Amino acid sequence: MAETVLETTGLTMRFGGVVATDNVNFSLKAGELRCLIGPNGAGKSTFFKCIIGLLTPSEGQVFMRNQETTGWHPHEVASLGVGIKTQVPNVMDGLTVVENIWMAARRFMPSKEASDKAQDVIERLALGSIAKAELGRLAHGERQRVELGLVVAADPWLVLLDEPAAGMTAGDVDRMSAIIDEMTRTAAVVIVEHDMQFIRSIATTVTVFHQGAILMEDHVDKVMADPIVRNVYLGKKA
Amino acid sequence: MSRSWGRQDAATIVAALVLIWLMPLLISTYTLTVLVIYGMLALSLGLIWGFGGILCFGQAAFFGLGAYTYAIAAINVGESTLPMILAVIVPALFAALLGAMMFCGRLTDVYLGVITLVVTLILFKFVNSSAGPQYVIGEARLGGFNGIPGFHTLNIPGQPDEYIWGDALYYVCAVALLAVYFLVTWLLRSSFGRIAIGIRENETRVSLMGYDVRARKTILFAIGAAIAGLAGALFANWGEIVTPGLFSLGQSAEIIIWCIVGGLGTRLGPIIGAAGLAYLKFLLGQQSLIDNTLIMGIILVLFVLFLPKGIVPAVASLWKASFGRRSGRKPAGRRHMRRVDSANG
Ligand SMILES: Nc1ncnc2c1ncn2[C@@H]1O[C@H](COP(=O)(O)OP(=O)(O)OP(=O)(O)O)[C@@H](O)[C@H]1O
Ligand SMILES: [Mg+2]
Repeated sequence: MAETVLETTGLTMRFGGVVATDNVNFSLKAGELRCLIGPNGAGKSTFFKCIIGLLTPSEGQVFMRNQETTGWHPHEVASLGVGIKTQVPNVMDGLTVVENIWMAARRFMPSKEASDKAQDVIERLALGSIAKAELGRLAHGERQRVELGLVVAADPWLVLLDEPAAGMTAGDVDRMSAIIDEMTRTAAVVIVEHDMQFIRSIATTVTVFHQGAILMEDHVDKVMADPIVRNVYLGKKA
Repeated sequence: MSRSWGRQDAATIVAALVLIWLMPLLISTYTLTVLVIYGMLALSLGLIWGFGGILCFGQAAFFGLGAYTYAIAAINVGESTLPMILAVIVPALFAALLGAMMFCGRLTDVYLGVITLVVTLILFKFVNSSAGPQYVIGEARLGGFNGIPGFHTLNIPGQPDEYIWGDALYYVCAVALLAVYFLVTWLLRSSFGRIAIGIRENETRVSLMGYDVRARKTILFAIGAAIAGLAGALFANWGEIVTPGLFSLGQSAEIIIWCIVGGLGTRLGPIIGAAGLAYLKFLLGQQSLIDNTLIMGIILVLFVLFLPKGIVPAVASLWKASFGRRSGRKPAGRRHMRRVDSANG
């Protein structure tokens, strides 16, 4: 049986009176690719932030490879080998693509090797033509791809992607699927997505969030056929 | 990717040495010395603010701390080498403590500004009211608003009776500034410096990459304070007296104005801003028609409105616009130049 790389027990996050994440028990095995879906405000991003350490959960625990990481700082969690692409792009706008990716790699290797690694990632993600461009000048899809590059450059074993395909063109989305496909060879991946086409093309197991809690977790086809899920979420979208 | 030392750096050294040699023909070395010291002080803020994104309203606190540390130590020791070293270390340690408190508390930039400002105020108030005989460190009386005069000034290391003053002090200060400039250059080209720039650009992303942002900001803050402390110690030697005015908010504000006018995110900008504005103030000080502070204020407003990036970035882009196009005919050589250019600012 594959190792459990991520587990949350009773994870709860409150903002004043709002319960953004409500008693979530979630578990992910090595090599797994999981999609999180749910309507706006369901608590998906908050869930990610609690895992990575950008937020400290009000209650509950987070475990990574059986080690408790609840309340750790983001840099401590990231140092374990966990990468995240946040919903709002988090890149260094004033720096070039190479400089951005070099920095991600530099955390885990000496400067020279990080340069080689950056070149390698740039090739793999087809960023060659914009390698010397400043992030602030790039199109949205390109910025998203660079942010994936930042994640890839660190060779993580757990990857969280918050709406990686949002606002992208069809060509960009195809490229994105290919990159994610490659990621799953070395890492467990959790993806928050709204685009059902995209989910069908990559995922098998889907977890549905609703009002902060897990509503359902099953194979993608079963989830989509479920009347309750269709009602809270797909009724509007699919 | 890492840029090694190149021809451009050698050219910078030669140009700087020529400038150091020629400037006394135009301006007295007495005035030049303080311009150089202010340049170093501005560079200390330019480093942490322009490259690390840490806006410190209290850079004068470290300047004053360096000056007072020197004066107090020099009175007790009777020579200058150890006091100079202490004047760098004490502000750095103080900044490390302050920084660790501020950055670990996840303070936002505004509060950081407020805290550094308040710390400066407290230091000023304390030193200003230390006139009583109970405020003594070793043999040195703090002296309150009168400050501390009559301490042992800079001497050749190991020879307490060989004083460095006048023209010699100018050359020492100028070479010290050049050394600090290259230290900063080296720092910014190192992994540490490049990651510091990353923190300026996006703190969250850098921590999500696995870097301890708090520790890195604290270290950078302390390095800035060390440079400010060195400037303070040199200032003490130049003025031969230290007074609470060194800690004043006015002094802190001036450092910020120097950086804005000269150009943030460059190494040369703060130095030029400081020397230029301080010299202007010196010239204005010789007349009594218009109020000094008023003119400084007007200059700041004009810069913020019309040249918000400051002198050096403006000149650099002007240079690139005219020189860059002309040299398009010689692409190979130019490409090399530009790569080196980008390492400088
Ligand atoms: N920092 C915060 N302060 C207060 N409330 C917050 C905060 N962050 C999120 N919330 C609230 O928590 C709930 C969950 O938000 P979250 O962003 O996690 O949803 P989501 O599932 O990611 O939605 P979307 O699909 O729109 O991205 C929402 O009601 C939101 O308003
Ligand atoms: Mg979200």
